[in-house]
Amino acid sequence: MNAIEVKNLRKEFKAYSSRSGLKGAFRDLFTRNYKVVPAVNNISFSVSQGEMVGYIGENGAGKSTTIKMLTGILTPTSGDIRVNGMNPHKEREKFVRTIGVVFGQRSQLWWDIAVQESFRLLKKVYKVTDEQYDDHMQHVIKTLDIEPLLDKPVRKLSLGQRMRCELAAALIHNPPLLFLDEPTIGLDVLVKLKIREFLKEINQKYNTTILLTTHDLSDIEALCERVIMLDEGKVIYDGALHHLKENLADGKELHFQFLEQVDLPAVKKLTSGMPVKWDLDEKEQVFIANLENDDLLISQVIAIVVAAFKIKDIKINETSTEEIIRNIYEKGAVEVG
Amino acid sequence: MKLDKYIEMIRIRFLMMLAYRTNYYTGILIYSINIGAYYFLWTAIYAGKEEIQGLSVSQMTAYVAISWMARAFYFNNLDREMAMEIMEGKVAVELIRPYNYLGMKTMEGLGEGIFRLFLFSLPGLVIVYLIFPIHFTWDLSVWGLFALSILLSFFINTELNLLTGITTFFLYNNAGLIRAKRVIIDLFSGLLLPISFFPGWVQSIMKFLPFQGISYVPSMIFTKGFSHQEAWAAIGQQFIWVVILILPIQLLWYIAKKQLIIQGG
Repeated sequence: MNAIEVKNLRKEFKAYSSRSGLKGAFRDLFTRNYKVVPAVNNISFSVSQGEMVGYIGENGAGKSTTIKMLTGILTPTSGDIRVNGMNPHKEREKFVRTIGVVFGQRSQLWWDIAVQESFRLLKKVYKVTDEQYDDHMQHVIKTLDIEPLLDKPVRKLSLGQRMRCELAAALIHNPPLLFLDEPTIGLDVLVKLKIREFLKEINQKYNTTILLTTHDLSDIEALCERVIMLDEGKVIYDGALHHLKENLADGKELHFQFLEQVDLPAVKKLTSGMPVKWDLDEKEQVFIANLENDDLLISQVIAIVVAAFKIKDIKINETSTEEIIRNIYEKGAVEVG
Repeated sequence: MKLDKYIEMIRIRFLMMLAYRTNYYTGILIYSINIGAYYFLWTAIYAGKEEIQGLSVSQMTAYVAISWMARAFYFNNLDREMAMEIMEGKVAVELIRPYNYLGMKTMEGLGEGIFRLFLFSLPGLVIVYLIFPIHFTWDLSVWGLFALSILLSFFINTELNLLTGITTFFLYNNAGLIRAKRVIIDLFSGLLLPISFFPGWVQSIMKFLPFQGISYVPSMIFTKGFSHQEAWAAIGQQFIWVVILILPIQLLWYIAKKQLIIQGG
């Protein structure tokens, strides 16, 4: 059975627009202009049990709206959703027992009381027995290293400390499916690494399905084999992350730093006639040549540049995932062979 | 077993109230000032008169004291809390939990009420009793009826709060409505002025409204302004309002969930 199954899912919102001026404001009192905007536009996908899937897209692409429909918070305008074999909105109370959710931007712990009191309440809410709790949560608490935080009120925790507690809170009932909505937003590298390691462990130990949305592509690279990419409410790519990289990251970047004063037209002139695109990072004074992954071409370009100017530093980089994703959004579609 | 989580919520609310001790102390102060002010106001109004509208001056002062103390129990800010949760989008977190949001809110209110009843009303009442020459009854059956009545007061007031809170889904910003509701309840519930002091036509309208079940009924029971029979009839009416008010709440909640828009991402 698939953990998540979505068919032709659609969610429309009414977008109100205000009329201009005082007269317009008065008219708005009685009738308001609106148009219907699809935030999620007929998407279909499925996720099988134990998969870790990255769900990515720009701000406003419809990620959060999808998550909210999958967790039963929002009713879809049309389409079918089955999550853990249930219709999230219809059987809400029974359904939410089988999922865990972390919203990076809002806390689900009680702000004014100690973390352990929140845990105690959630334990009761999810009807977790003492044995289950001890068996599972001792381990979670130890791995996330939150033991010393348990008796502190949430408002006194730092963001990193709070996020680790949030994650533990979402796992109290050991759900087979975990939704993470930007769980690493604003966290430092160490906490990020700890959270990633923890998620991997949970996934391996309990075969937990994880659907992750994030703007930090390093999260996705570290955790997910599969990505679903969303743009303007539509799925524009659904497949393996390495596949995406292999097919689209066929370019290389050459980074040059020079000892002498050089300007962009000068380097452009050197390689005129060759398929090279030059960029200048003005702050760092790094000249970047974007070109195809062709060994001969690369060495030719390096040879010409080195011969013309005194070099301080050279780097050869593969196009980063971020670059790839940016390119995809600029084109608005993915063509994978 | 099913009530477990709701009882736990009452405990959590207790802890939250304890986390804000300053609120608690200022609360006692404000209530004492209010009771004192109304005590002097009413003794001035009575000035030599035996009784007004069937209430003697000692009944009146007891009425003032008890209605403020009862208010500490039934009063809560659930409407404002719900409005905040809805406006900030926190209601999303509530909806991913396997419990009834409104039921849980009611329990939070009850936790707050019980906290105030024991740590606020009772000590407050002792202080008031010692400072002002207020005459309280020691008839246990009256205390019993009063306890039952303020429990129903709590439910009526909480239901009105939930109803006001839910309107945030439709109005997005209902601060004005919340304030208006508060003034209406303070005035029409009989907290500021016993209902029997209103003009006849207002009284006959109020009979068909739930507000007097919030403060007037328990206070009249306590000051023996009602006979036993009248008390039971009034409690019956309170109970009917508790049941009736469930309907619009369920209806609005159903519609709200249908067209729910979570603010902010």
